Amino acid sequence: MDLLQVSVWRGAASGGYRDYEVPRQESQSVLDVVTYIQRSIDPTLSYRFACRVGMCGACAMTVNGVARWTCRTHVTKVAQDNAIQIAPLANLPVVKDLVTDMREFFDKWARARGRFAPGATRKEPFARVASNSPERVAANAGIECIGCGVCYASCDVVSWNQDYLGPAALNRAWTLVNDVRDTAQRERLAAVAGDAGCHACHTHLACSERCPKQIEPTASIAGLKRAVAIAALKGEL
Amino acid sequence: MMKNDYRARNHPAWWAFLVHRLSGLALSVFLPFHFWALGQAFQGEARLDTLLRWTEQPLVKFAETMLVLLLAAHLTGGLRLLALEFLPWRGWQKTLLAWAAGAAFAAGLAFALAL
Amino acid sequence: MSGAAQSYASEPAATNAGARIETWLWIAQRASAAVLALCVLVHLITIIYAVRHGLTGAAILARTRGNGVGLGFYALYVLAIAVHAPIGLRSLCQEWLGWRRASLDWFVGGLALALFAFGLRAGWAVFSS
Repeated sequence: MDLLQVSVWRGAASGGYRDYEVPRQESQSVLDVVTYIQRSIDPTLSYRFACRVGMCGACAMTVNGVARWTCRTHVTKVAQDNAIQIAPLANLPVVKDLVTDMREFFDKWARARGRFAPGATRKEPFARVASNSPERVAANAGIECIGCGVCYASCDVVSWNQDYLGPAALNRAWTLVNDVRDTAQRERLAAVAGDAGCHACHTHLACSERCPKQIEPTASIAGLKRAVAIAALKGEL
Repeated sequence: MMKNDYRARNHPAWWAFLVHRLSGLALSVFLPFHFWALGQAFQGEARLDTLLRWTEQPLVKFAETMLVLLLAAHLTGGLRLLALEFLPWRGWQKTLLAWAAGAAFAAGLAFALAL
Repeated sequence: MSGAAQSYASEPAATNAGARIETWLWIAQRASAAVLALCVLVHLITIIYAVRHGLTGAAILARTRGNGVGLGFYALYVLAIAVHAPIGLRSLCQEWLGWRRASLDWFVGGLALALFAFGLRAGWAVFSS
């Protein structure tokens, strides 16, 4: 039986790669490999997963230097010379082994005002929003985000600028900028402007390249740049 | 915290960013020399001619071709960025990058062939 | 988890003033880019034309001397550069050198003035000689 050479990050902020040998299967995902190591070789390995079918985003890790969902990554697709390297997501503090501390990721979501601010009460009729209106189409292009962190881990500006809100938070803000029911537009535009916000994006397009749901945060961030500029020109920023 | 390395960066748009930033830096460094050289016109035609003869040296000519290439690359890369930020786009960025690279190369070639 | 839990602020940190400044810098950068797109195109065509038809000091100065339109174009070009280059260098310094203090803004502002002044001087040189 073929043996896959697997190099896995062990430790937290300081640590190192440890090598394991995993029997190769014909149909095998990287998550299968990690699971095998934890169950059959080294029970001290820590990692996150949940659905294992590409819906929750919990299994995101760095595989051969690239952030991916491990449950949706076939070994055949990434193995080089029968070897793979598995590490936790970049740009986030490492808790242990393959587990990262995602609080900063979600706090930035809140800092970008990535939550809906309602204005209607139960006494008003439902809002009527045409599904083919430009705003709704723009919003729909980004709302499938499940907060897996792959884009955040892939972004170099996040590495270079620790205040940068990041692609996911800004993408969410853009979907809400396009939500005609939302009442916090002015505060939101102020929150996403600046060099911690959309203006720090240099269109490296790593986020759009890597998003497992084919969302393009770069396009959303470009939309924010335009919206913020228009607000500034109108004196509304 | 883990940091990304070259494996995460090896995609077209990253290279486009790097070319754009480095070409901008190189042009910024070059500009003061360019302004100084033009300013030599204060000393008359002969002074300018001396400078132009200096630029006939092969190494300088090569550097000039590089500069024109950098200028063309920065321009076409910049037009691509303006398109990305202001026009509705989905998925044709890579084609746009290819056109930008092609146009930059063409301009550099035109300059080089004219020598 | 080991040690004291770090707290990350969930409240927007950027001030409105900071956001406004960055927005205007972004607008200035893109506006000057659009102006430069035209100027650089003209400049590239001019360079290639000049190199093809032989280049002497006399030939250049014959075209630029007393050329008011040329000087006007050139002044616009230099102004756009003086806006565009320093803003671009500012991003580079912040991200790659970690230079984020007020001293960077002074440096960048000084650079803008220097480019503008030195550039205009060069334009005047070929116009008036």
